[in-house]
Amino acid sequence: MSENLMSFEDAMAAFDPAMGLEVHVELNTVSKMFCGCPTEFGAEPNTQTCPVCLGLPGAMPVVNRVAVESAIRIGLALNCEIAAWCRFARKNYFYPDMPKNFQTSQYDEPIAFEGWTDVTIETPDGAEVVRVDIERAHMEEDTGKSLHVGGATGRIHGADHSLVDYNRAGIPLIEIVTKPIMGAREKAPQVAKAYVAQLRDVLRGLGVSDVRMEQGSLRCDVNLSLSPAGAGTLGTRTETKNVNSLRSVERAALYEISRQAAILDGGGSILQETRHWHEDTGVTTSGREKSDAEDYRYFPEPDLVPVAPEREWVERLRSELPEPPRDRQARLQQEWGFSDLDMRDTVGAGALGLVEETIAAGCPPQAARKWWLSELARRANETGLDLTDLPVTPADVARIQALLDEGRINDKLARQVFDGVLAGEGSPDEVVAARGLEVVSDDGALSAAVDEAIAANPDVAEKIREGKTAASGALIGAVMKQMRGQADAGRVRELILEKLA
Amino acid sequence: MSERDERGATERDGLTRRTAAQLADALASGETTSVALTQAYLERIAAVDGPVHAFLHVDAEGALAQAAASDRRRAADGPASALDGVPIAVKDVLATRGLPTTCGSRILEGWVPPYDATVVDRLRAGGLPILGKTNMDEFAMGSSTEHSAYGPTHNPWDLDRIPGGSGGGSAAAVAAFEAPLALGTDTGGSIRQPGAMTGTVGVKPTYGGVSRYGLVALANSLDQVGPVTRTVLDAALLHELVGGHDPRDSTSIDQPMPDVVAAARQGATGDLRGVRVGVISELTGEGYQSGVQSRFDEGVKLLVDAGAEVVEVSCPSFVHALAAYYLILPAEASSNLAKFDAMRYGLRVVPDVAEGAAPPSAEDVMRATRDKGFGDEVKRRIILGTYALSSGYYDAYYGQAQKVRTLISRDFEVAFEHADVLVSPTAPTTAFALGEKLDDPVAMYLNDLATIPANLAGIPGISVPSGLAEEDGLPCGFQVLAPAAADDRVYRVGAALERLLIRQWGGALLDRVPSLDGAHA
Amino acid sequence: MPEISREEVAHLADLARIDLSDAELDHLAPQLAVILDSIASISQAASDDVPPTSHPMPMTNVFREDVARPGLTAEEALSGAPEVDQQRFSVPRILGDLCARETGEERASDRATDPSL
Repeated sequence: MSENLMSFEDAMAAFDPAMGLEVHVELNTVSKMFCGCPTEFGAEPNTQTCPVCLGLPGAMPVVNRVAVESAIRIGLALNCEIAAWCRFARKNYFYPDMPKNFQTSQYDEPIAFEGWTDVTIETPDGAEVVRVDIERAHMEEDTGKSLHVGGATGRIHGADHSLVDYNRAGIPLIEIVTKPIMGAREKAPQVAKAYVAQLRDVLRGLGVSDVRMEQGSLRCDVNLSLSPAGAGTLGTRTETKNVNSLRSVERAALYEISRQAAILDGGGSILQETRHWHEDTGVTTSGREKSDAEDYRYFPEPDLVPVAPEREWVERLRSELPEPPRDRQARLQQEWGFSDLDMRDTVGAGALGLVEETIAAGCPPQAARKWWLSELARRANETGLDLTDLPVTPADVARIQALLDEGRINDKLARQVFDGVLAGEGSPDEVVAARGLEVVSDDGALSAAVDEAIAANPDVAEKIREGKTAASGALIGAVMKQMRGQADAGRVRELILEKLA
Repeated sequence: MSERDERGATERDGLTRRTAAQLADALASGETTSVALTQAYLERIAAVDGPVHAFLHVDAEGALAQAAASDRRRAADGPASALDGVPIAVKDVLATRGLPTTCGSRILEGWVPPYDATVVDRLRAGGLPILGKTNMDEFAMGSSTEHSAYGPTHNPWDLDRIPGGSGGGSAAAVAAFEAPLALGTDTGGSIRQPGAMTGTVGVKPTYGGVSRYGLVALANSLDQVGPVTRTVLDAALLHELVGGHDPRDSTSIDQPMPDVVAAARQGATGDLRGVRVGVISELTGEGYQSGVQSRFDEGVKLLVDAGAEVVEVSCPSFVHALAAYYLILPAEASSNLAKFDAMRYGLRVVPDVAEGAAPPSAEDVMRATRDKGFGDEVKRRIILGTYALSSGYYDAYYGQAQKVRTLISRDFEVAFEHADVLVSPTAPTTAFALGEKLDDPVAMYLNDLATIPANLAGIPGISVPSGLAEEDGLPCGFQVLAPAAADDRVYRVGAALERLLIRQWGGALLDRVPSLDGAHA
Repeated sequence: MPEISREEVAHLADLARIDLSDAELDHLAPQLAVILDSIASISQAASDDVPPTSHPMPMTNVFREDVARPGLTAEEALSGAPEVDQQRFSVPRILGDLCARETGEERASDRATDPSL
């Protein structure tokens, strides 16, 4: 399916975009929102259910205290008001992956509302801060997962039947909704991406979610409309669902701007509909038309009593909030002496916390950054793990750097120490000892190895004697090879030059 | 049948006519065993349930196994509860692990829950053998038990009449001596109104007093589980066993229960001096059958004789109670019943499609299943509830109904400033004929006029048999209401009235229920 | 008080996913009209200053601790299912689009990596 698109520049000349972002966050609670079922990702199908989350007749929900606490903390971190009294509500609609055919959610009484967060975007004129207003954050529950079987494409269309797994049903979700973001103009797609990235950092800082977009624990819908440039009105919007990476948030917004601009420019009108983002092809396609007749028949959930967070509780949670990510980054950048680029790379790699802990364990800042962003990032990439999931701790990294600084290992040996630690062979010191990786700088052992190398390479030795000291590299290589890399290269060179002087 | 067997059968018959408290004593003294008792009830069920049809499912094997376990426990460690070994029947709206639970609906035919309702858990822990599951209006929607998908229950007093509803099965089982005790549920009178129509005792506890976990919800903000028995003391014993806080029900009251058993025993002394009784003027007089009204008036007089002070109270907002109820209930029910969609359990109806057409979608199957699986009354109420919650009508209907709830609670608050308990007839009429009101929903709904306000306000109520109406010889009920969490008061006043009436009658009312032996459907 | 039309009943039945036949509609629509008429007075019953009651008992903040407990086994969970396949509830094909849902669908990429299919 190909649509007419207008170039982004032309679209921006003619139209103003208005954008709303809805983000669903899966909390990382131990148990579900309304029952004690575990929430582990990737369990065997239908092994994490009970009468409550399976919606069996007669079962009743009970609210998870930590989920409420997380919702409040998220609200506070986004500068929201916290409701003094609010209720859960039933959102009634039929869908096979929703066991009760209503979602227990919140309607006109969200637990958090009226907040904001400042995001930074890069512009040709330097960094620019944009305030994004938050309309609300409310508590709800996730649905099950459907697999669509049969049919040519494997997609929902043309499938013969579907297979439903309810392990995910009932996992706590917080839905965070922005107010319309107006006036961002050509920066709108960038703002969208920066907002979601910032939200991810805030949530990670709070420790309330795994925030892994690829696993669906952070999901973004992009609502977008265009109005004639300068008109100050709101156009008909589309709702692009399941935008599952930061890059896609920006791309989906760009795409919808170009698509809608082409339609409006051609005299057409925008259909109010949901659209689906295709990560692979980078386009959105039409979904369901959102008719005004859609009627969720919300009403207060009678099986749950109202939530009325005591003010002392809210204030305690407020006082325990971590430093906001932007403040923290600015502070750390200054403490560490990182350039803007260093800092951006560190944050972008999701390594800020790891680098911070490594430095706290005694490692020089640049060395900490280097290990995590090069050596360890490469290994994480190879194994498909997140940096945080590598079986190496910041303390290990700091210790390996210390061994280097003490001259007990060299760079090459350090990589072998990482091999050992990552393979589960123990601490850096244990790996050094077990693998015998310490650098040899003892003259006795080195001298013998150098003599052997000179004897084995008389031509090279002759060149050095003739003053071509650059040839010493070949002898050093031979010594290193003989000593399996564990020789102190500097001392070897000195010995060679002494012996062949 | 040999002479010896016949004598054995007669003895067992004698057992079935005793109250649960008497049976508990007989078990404690070693006069009988739980197995003998359970066997006697199973035989009674086999003999009379054909024409009565109180049960949808009888679990003879399970009940006898539980009875045997009870006897062993009693011998080894002593009884697990005051009612250990006394069998019970359970309304089919309560989830029972391993036992079919249909809610009287085709859509749940054959469903066997993988879990127990909390009250069922407590019955099992207390050692009460579960005889089976009792008939009810489909999803408890009805006042006659005629809306059961599995056929109506017949009133043991007159098999051509309804036993009340929705819990007609539990009430009829107790009235016909098929069970000494039963559990019912009361959303707008489904325990109390059948109690009135069958001459049994029924209690709707304070909302939150008994766990609803495992009760297949009709209207969550109105439903309560409660006892259906032959005496007030039996009701108190059962209430005490199943009641109390349950962490699995968020609306469960986390406070100690009032001592209902002590209150029932206190009431049985027949002394009500110092008790202020309020007669609700809106729930008497016009619209009440003359015999029902006469029995009620006599009951009030007996309370006065027992020393109670009687005052008249007015609850003007009750005029809107029925309307509020018939909006709140369908609204909540329409949402509750959405889960019956043929995907995870229960009936699945796959509609026919033309040859070569695409197979039916999940939507098609849902629609066809819900059309075939739900009866007329359920469909009426689902549509009514869907309407009441629709965005255009919410404020005019559901929103207003919730405000009326507030007004009704305020009426009660004011009334309870003047009286410790409030009284009224339980139902405006005696049992009507099967089929009489089946096609007139509004007339059917009017039957719940006197019982509904207690559900809207969440307060406790009891129905005690008040005698037979002279015009038709059928039982009438006397309702006692008390403030929330003061369930003990309804037991005290109910037990006093029961005692005074039995003295007047010279025996229990149920002694006069026709023998069903040899009756045929 | 608005009257309820046959079309409106059909629309409500559609929202409630009940496939009413024409005969049922003919039967139900007038009954619903009578019921609605009998409760029409409610719209005048309470003034604006009366607060609504959604819960009969004035309780708040009933929470459970965040502790995982064993629930049902897969066999128990699936025990009532009309059809089971690959330890999942097998349901007829689901109409509507992938993006009709906020959260529910598994992406095609998930499916491609599921060796069991």
